[in-house]
Amino acid sequence: MSFGAKASLAISTALILALSGPALAQRTDVVVGLVLEPPHLDPTSNAAAAIDEVVYANVFEGLTRFGPNGDILPALAESWDVAEDGLTYRFMLHDGVTFHDGSAMTADDVVFSLDRARADDSVNAQKFLFADIAEVTAEDDTTVVVTLDQPNGNFLFNMAWGDAVIVAPESAETNTTDPVGTGPFRFADWRQGDSVTIERNPDYWGEPVQLERATFRFIADPTAAFAAMMAEDVDTFPVYPAPETLSILDADPRFEAIVGTTEGETILAMNNRREPLDDVRVREAIVHAIDRQEIIDGAMFGYGTPIGTHFAPHHPAYVDLLDLSAHDPQRSRELLAEAGVEGLTLSLALPPPVYARRGGEIIAAQLRAVGIETEIVNVEWAQWLEQVFGNGDFDLTVISHTEPLDIEIYGRDDYYFGYAAPSFLAIWDELNETLDPDARNALLGDLQRDIAENYVNVYLFQLAKAGVQNVDLEGMWVNAPTQATDLTGAYWAR
Amino acid sequence: MTRFLLCRTISLLASLLVASLVIFLVLEVLPGDPARFMLGLNTSPEALAALREQLGLTAPLPARYLGWLAGMAVGDFGISYTYRVPVADLIVERLWVSLPLALYALTLSTLIAIPVGVLAAANRNGLIDFSAMGLTQIGIALPNFWFAMLLVLAFAVNLRWFSSGGFPGWQDPGAAVRALTLPAIALALPQASILARVMRSSLIDTLDEDYVRTARAKGLTRGQALWRHALRNALIPVVTIMGLQFSFLLAGAIIIENVFYLPGLGRLAFQAISARDLIVVRSVVMILVFAVITITFLVDIAYALIDPRLRRRAP
Repeated sequence: MSFGAKASLAISTALILALSGPALAQRTDVVVGLVLEPPHLDPTSNAAAAIDEVVYANVFEGLTRFGPNGDILPALAESWDVAEDGLTYRFMLHDGVTFHDGSAMTADDVVFSLDRARADDSVNAQKFLFADIAEVTAEDDTTVVVTLDQPNGNFLFNMAWGDAVIVAPESAETNTTDPVGTGPFRFADWRQGDSVTIERNPDYWGEPVQLERATFRFIADPTAAFAAMMAEDVDTFPVYPAPETLSILDADPRFEAIVGTTEGETILAMNNRREPLDDVRVREAIVHAIDRQEIIDGAMFGYGTPIGTHFAPHHPAYVDLLDLSAHDPQRSRELLAEAGVEGLTLSLALPPPVYARRGGEIIAAQLRAVGIETEIVNVEWAQWLEQVFGNGDFDLTVISHTEPLDIEIYGRDDYYFGYAAPSFLAIWDELNETLDPDARNALLGDLQRDIAENYVNVYLFQLAKAGVQNVDLEGMWVNAPTQATDLTGAYWAR
Repeated sequence: MTRFLLCRTISLLASLLVASLVIFLVLEVLPGDPARFMLGLNTSPEALAALREQLGLTAPLPARYLGWLAGMAVGDFGISYTYRVPVADLIVERLWVSLPLALYALTLSTLIAIPVGVLAAANRNGLIDFSAMGLTQIGIALPNFWFAMLLVLAFAVNLRWFSSGGFPGWQDPGAAVRALTLPAIALALPQASILARVMRSSLIDTLDEDYVRTARAKGLTRGQALWRHALRNALIPVVTIMGLQFSFLLAGAIIIENVFYLPGLGRLAFQAISARDLIVVRSVVMILVFAVITITFLVDIAYALIDPRLRRRAP
């Protein structure tokens, strides 16, 4: 039988050699590996990060956009004025912008897009971004005036999200399968289950991109991802699914590892509504039982930055509060005794990502060391969303909150970990009325202190963006201020 | 023969109906809301309600079941919750990968297994027999995903004869066949090992039958008796195994599809399950049930063709 196998191998080998062509000298295309395939390509009607990873900044653009380090840059809006009272924003749009179908992008399209996103029957996944908008009007073809109900210091930031991109009324419903935006790339082809291809938009209003074509390939299996890099079938994995082999690729002169930051605060969330976790002493006891570095090393192969509060360490407003939650098992046991809790058993729900499944095992061991038993329940995403996130039916869970600047979730009354303390809400209201950047940062610091001092959750680490790419590929994002693969600055050095 | 076909067809339809009800009910009790999955962590209750309405998740259960059945009868499987395209299109596109892959693997496996099995049986307890049986033992023991990784390492990473995975589409048939070659080999080897062993033992059994001895007695050589009388009779268990293997190759290639990131039916089902795209899951499962039942049906008919005695013994 092995003879037969060899014979058929030899035949196919001959076939293959005949079919392979010569390699290209100068490359103007790139193959990007992504772990998840987007369900569809409309960023305004689904929360899936995989959609933004393909279309954000490449195909679709908003009024503003995120820069590589999270700063807010102008996009379709060339400039803007904000009225004294912080309620009226006047956006001056770029002239001569067209959609990929050739129609002009005017102020009316902006009005349409924002009104669609905030309408009653809207299925926008981030509707809160538009919650403060009272009215959107077109003053003339290139001027849009947005009036807010109340001042919102985050408004320009909100408009940079992928969920706030500008779409045309004619194509809004078909963007799911045939996205029509204003970006420097236009959609070319989607081979479902395999790849999405975008190509250079020759009529782009801004600076044209250097790449002619980009293909996003969907490879979820860690071993397959490694093989695809090694075989040079894929040029880059911005988020590489197999951190255990990252060092092997980095040691190879053809590739380099790119490790940056993300907006993902990974936390051990506690159900603040449920006994005995409604007792701050019990929560503090759990916090002191946890050794973050052990989790980062054991579950994440050392990639990740410890955090002491729910805030990204690279943000200027970040406050280092790690001292409040130092690893101190002795203190844990004292606090548990003080709270009169003995023989505590808690459930620990773990969604599929490695940070949760691997991290959860380590957390369980650390909790056992201070006398808290855990029952680990592995759940799928859909189940996690319904049971833990939707119904709040859990004691502990490990999860990474990947939305940028999302500390506001601690002020939500119906949120799954159930905090929303008056002390937090008071600072939050003040923040919304404040437009001065320094004062805002100070208030953001107060918010971080509030949730750290009340031990709402165990803040574990900031998720790292561990990617890998061909050494000759330049201009890719190092950090991930939003989950996107911005190819507008990418080019081949050789 | 007509009665045989009729009975078989009725039992086929009844099985399909029962399967559809089980599939529908099992997926309904599964926890997880597709609308919540699509809208993620920051969504508002109004947006959720609007999406559930849009997806038709608010209709009562019996109405949804009957609607699904009626749609399937005319080839309309509904619109995928997450992909927002007709499910039938999704499935047909994936079948264009899964079906050729299964056929490719089955062909390779048969081409390897039958000669090896026959040679081993003809040289029972000889050197060829021992080495063939030793190698097939290894072939069965090798997990196919591990073998697949070895193939990728050897032929994609080191020799660069094949790409490490992906599927370029059928516009270029050469490239498509090439993309399916490593996966087909990985799938075929364990199947070929099983098939070769079945071929060998079945042939050895028939070679001991009285009619083979009679054939030798009337002057045929060993080889002539084997080819004319024993082989045809020995094929029945082999065809049974081939039918089972084809069902397995069609539905069970999911791990190989993952290793080679091929857009096949298994991966579609896997993605749809994790996204709670229930309408896709149940349609894919239904198609696979249909395929398995149909293959069993065809295998039954093949028995009747190979062995005329079975036609008269029909239920």
